[in-house]
Amino acid sequence: MSNEASVHEQSYLGAPHGLASWLLTKDHKRIAILYLISITIFFAVGGTFAAMIRAELVTPQGDLLSSDLYNKVFTLHGVIMIFFFLIPSIPATLGNFLLPIMIGAKDLAFPRINLLSWYIYVIGATVTLAAVFNGGVDTGWTFYTPYSSMSSNTSVTTAALGVFITGFSSILTGFNFIVTLHRMRAPGMTWFRLPLFVWAQYATSLVMILGTPVVAITVLLVAAERALHLGIFDPKIGGDPVLFQHLFWFYSHPAVYIMILPAMGVVSELVAAMSRKQIFGYSFVAFSSLAIAIIGFLVWGHHLFVSSQSIYAGLVFSIITMMVAVPSAVKTFNWTATMYKGAISWESPTFWIFGFMGLFLVGGLTGLFLGAMGLDIHLTDTYFVVAHFHYIMVGGGVMGFLGGLHFWWPKMTGKMYNETAGKIAAMLVFFGFNATFFPQFIVGYMGMPRRYHAYPPEFQFFNVLSSAGAVLLGIGYTMIVIYLIYSLIKGPKAPANPWGATGLEWKIPSPPITHNFSEMPVVTEEAYDYQHAPAPQRGVK
Amino acid sequence: MCVSVFLALLVFTAITVWVAGLDLGPLNTPVALGIAVTKGTLVVLFFMGVRWNTPLTKTVAISGFVWLLILFGITMGDYLTRGWLGVPGR
Ligand SMILES: [Cu+2]
Repeated sequence: MSNEASVHEQSYLGAPHGLASWLLTKDHKRIAILYLISITIFFAVGGTFAAMIRAELVTPQGDLLSSDLYNKVFTLHGVIMIFFFLIPSIPATLGNFLLPIMIGAKDLAFPRINLLSWYIYVIGATVTLAAVFNGGVDTGWTFYTPYSSMSSNTSVTTAALGVFITGFSSILTGFNFIVTLHRMRAPGMTWFRLPLFVWAQYATSLVMILGTPVVAITVLLVAAERALHLGIFDPKIGGDPVLFQHLFWFYSHPAVYIMILPAMGVVSELVAAMSRKQIFGYSFVAFSSLAIAIIGFLVWGHHLFVSSQSIYAGLVFSIITMMVAVPSAVKTFNWTATMYKGAISWESPTFWIFGFMGLFLVGGLTGLFLGAMGLDIHLTDTYFVVAHFHYIMVGGGVMGFLGGLHFWWPKMTGKMYNETAGKIAAMLVFFGFNATFFPQFIVGYMGMPRRYHAYPPEFQFFNVLSSAGAVLLGIGYTMIVIYLIYSLIKGPKAPANPWGATGLEWKIPSPPITHNFSEMPVVTEEAYDYQHAPAPQRGVK
Repeated sequence: MCVSVFLALLVFTAITVWVAGLDLGPLNTPVALGIAVTKGTLVVLFFMGVRWNTPLTKTVAISGFVWLLILFGITMGDYLTRGWLGVPGR
């Protein structure tokens, strides 16, 4: 065996060594780890801003943060959590790591472009951080005109540029995934043998490449309007501020599916593995991902019900919004049917997906409240909306991400974390999350508007409850970081297939070798063949 | 082939400049857009080679334009029906 070959037979973590070998790597697994580290840092930054918001809202008076500072804090919380954590969270980490392995490929189709996407992300993030230190931004993460284009004297242009740059990173990831899926599947890996996580990544990639260019152009137009007074959004010179909302939500509603579809893919994998059953209605789950991706592009106007959007357009948007609930419900029912009479094992990943299902259900159903035109007039810009999208994006997106991280952590790192700690953290996050955001539904319905640092004293009870829940949530997240890092140092070595799961990634060593497979795998069975799956190896020494 | 497409593009560019000087009333924008779309189509079909490419490439190219139509079309669904209610601002 030549030296070159033996290097590729080693664990991807081991060879070659050194910082440069990581920063110049073309290995999709190492790039996934780079992304994982970066998004964790940004999650911590965004979380710090969230903590500042919750601390301010403990008392009705605006005493901790001035109103100007508060505007900047919630804006940066949103911008960082959405563009620098949630959008790349599952696709760029778990997707990057798993997608080639799951289809039996050595890498993505364009390894260099994959690395480029990480560098673009880092540059975009740096530019946005520059905006933070250069006085911040106060427009809200939505950058609504005419405030952003005509009035705000904060670093809107810099922040918009950061978002613009980062957009290309997600376009490149989506493009890479699509080409890889079309061209690089192993022999026998037909479209209908693909794991559902891969189908979800495919649908997500479509949204990324079809939607992201629009938001990139839109924020660029805001920057151009500020600098050159083009008259795109400014009504005085022939523009229309509502046009911004159309363009922005054309991407930003589907962007929610960039966050939630991959999480749904994770849940599909985990539900089958943790109940040791063939997934119920494979093709329905696969096609519901595509249906969500496509219908998701037709509903953006439900964010414009109280703008000057035509009521007739609103009516159509409202009806189509109700339709998106159908494929989401298809998935939920199929997961339930998969678990029915399954041998459900209570491992820590199971806790996260149960958390996902409960929270996503509440988030999805309250979305229907908001999609109803009449009710939305009452609820627009209240804490009801804040609670709704946190249930979707954190309760759905982040819970799915953490479930997947706990499920594939042994594969990615070769180490087992402490199961009990994993379960306690999942419970803390679940109850902490509900304590934080459920009161916001109530207080929002009672009329508390979002984005103010002070509020009437009768809302204090709910806000104290919410802030207390946020403390629990913070402890839960911190715990995860601690026991996962601890597992890297002191954790027991992970077996190749700790959960007894099906799928190509569980047939190779943990952690995988640099080229993933020592010989080209040939796929002969359907996905989720749990009747012939190996027994779990967890705890087997 | 490439040369004749290039010449056609030059001719259309000349027409663009010429039309810009004419006042066609309400037809100004449609005519300008029509010429631009024709030029774009030539570039996509011949210079970008979509004409001779696989059905998958064609699907990708077409879906990009379909999505653009969704964006423009549904947005116009708002602008064109705003006046129907007769309430100022809606
Ligand atoms: Cu939406």
